[in-house]
Amino acid sequence: MRNIHTDVITEAVKKMCIEANLALAPDMEACIRHAAEVEDGALGKKILDSLIENMEIAKEESIPICQDTGMAVFFVEVGQDLHIEGAGLTEAINEGVRHGYRDGYLRKSVVADPLLRTNTGDNTPAIIHYDIVPGDALTITIAPKGFGSENMSKVYMLKPADGEEGIRASVLDAVKNAGPNACPPLFVGVGLGGDFELAAKLAKKALTRDADSRHPDAHIAKLEDEILDLINQTGIGPGGLGGKTTALSVKIETYPTHIAGMPLAVNMCCHVNRHRSVTL
Amino acid sequence: MNKKIQIPFDKEELKELRAGDYVYLSGTVYSARDAAHKRMYEAVLAADSEEAKRAALPFDIRNQAIYYLGPTPAPEGHVIGSAGPTTASRMDKYTPMLLDMGLTGMIGKGKRSPEVREAVVRNGCVYFAATGGAGALLSKCIVASEVIAYDDLGTEAIRKMEVRDFPAVVVIDSLGNNLYETAVEDYLASRK
Ligand code: SF4
Repeated sequence: MRNIHTDVITEAVKKMCIEANLALAPDMEACIRHAAEVEDGALGKKILDSLIENMEIAKEESIPICQDTGMAVFFVEVGQDLHIEGAGLTEAINEGVRHGYRDGYLRKSVVADPLLRTNTGDNTPAIIHYDIVPGDALTITIAPKGFGSENMSKVYMLKPADGEEGIRASVLDAVKNAGPNACPPLFVGVGLGGDFELAAKLAKKALTRDADSRHPDAHIAKLEDEILDLINQTGIGPGGLGGKTTALSVKIETYPTHIAGMPLAVNMCCHVNRHRSVTL
Repeated sequence: MNKKIQIPFDKEELKELRAGDYVYLSGTVYSARDAAHKRMYEAVLAADSEEAKRAALPFDIRNQAIYYLGPTPAPEGHVIGSAGPTTASRMDKYTPMLLDMGLTGMIGKGKRSPEVREAVVRNGCVYFAATGGAGALLSKCIVASEVIAYDDLGTEAIRKMEVRDFPAVVVIDSLGNNLYETAVEDYLASRK
């Protein structure tokens, strides 16, 4: 059985927190550069150009791309043959967040109680989704999530008869409702199927897919393309100031569901769609 | 149209601004977001005279601008960390009162409520948007920053900041024109 010490995990998490917040992954950066080339809305184009300048300054000066460095959301795949020694795995991840947000000069955006609202001061606790998988590897994906866009997310409990049309209409409804609030151009994560809470989790997971990836199922890939087209016909544009780039990408993740339902979740993300993965 | 605007504002000059104007702001702005707004609002509500209400606020808001901002910490050698706008609508509940007390400009991003728009028109104010998600770029326009109140709120404390040529676009002007409505319509019409 393979052993891994939690010190190694903490160190890796710390590094990921900082890296994810200082530079977009190459797929996201390419997507924004392409959008700036093709945008024909005058104000929209100005916004996209300033986003490119922003990415460059962030990299050169090691300043976070956006001041909302998010809640630290993780998807963790734990190989069932792996033995973890040291502290608890959850504590090790939280310790990494603590160090990363402190040493990386990232914003502490977490309050301990939703009503009393005292800042925890170190951006913990993180939100961690675990999966047990075959093998002995540990794969950690971080997706720091800003709340300007998170606040515009929605769950729709669609019914089987709503079909593809219901899906297209619902995602479009969420995007129109978000408008300028979610910092368009958007990256739209969609969870389809499962139940109430799994749909939302799938939607978040969809945000961690590469911008240029396509869903392996042809009918879902087609739906991704169609919805992206529809969104980009709204004219909302970058910053909500008019243009053809309202969204950069739409990603759908699916799961089997009940004969009576078709849950749909839309997790809205902005152009600062941050993600990093590491396998230890 | 690109215009240079000084803060504290000259209300006569603000009347000339129209939704869609691109401006460069220079002068003093105060950062405040959710928690600071709630605190200011409650302090004013608890005060019983005009004078006490004014004194309850941590700074004189007349002719001033609030920037809806919670920055990242400043690394060594920097004035401030990443410093882009947060969503303005979360402040809508508190804003009409502040505008009626003399606050004149707001910098944020995203839609405002009908009540805020009415208060903007009633008081001859302006709501500006800065580019959401451009915190690194915008931090370059902030040349000084100092926490002046609510230090315990961390990133949500009130900062007095000096900005130089801070880029923003007029979203709601003093007549109540709303760029978020007109810009999208105009863009769609231009494609027909
Ligand atoms: S929605 Fe995204 S880009 Fe906008 S402020 Fe939040 S994290 Fe930053």
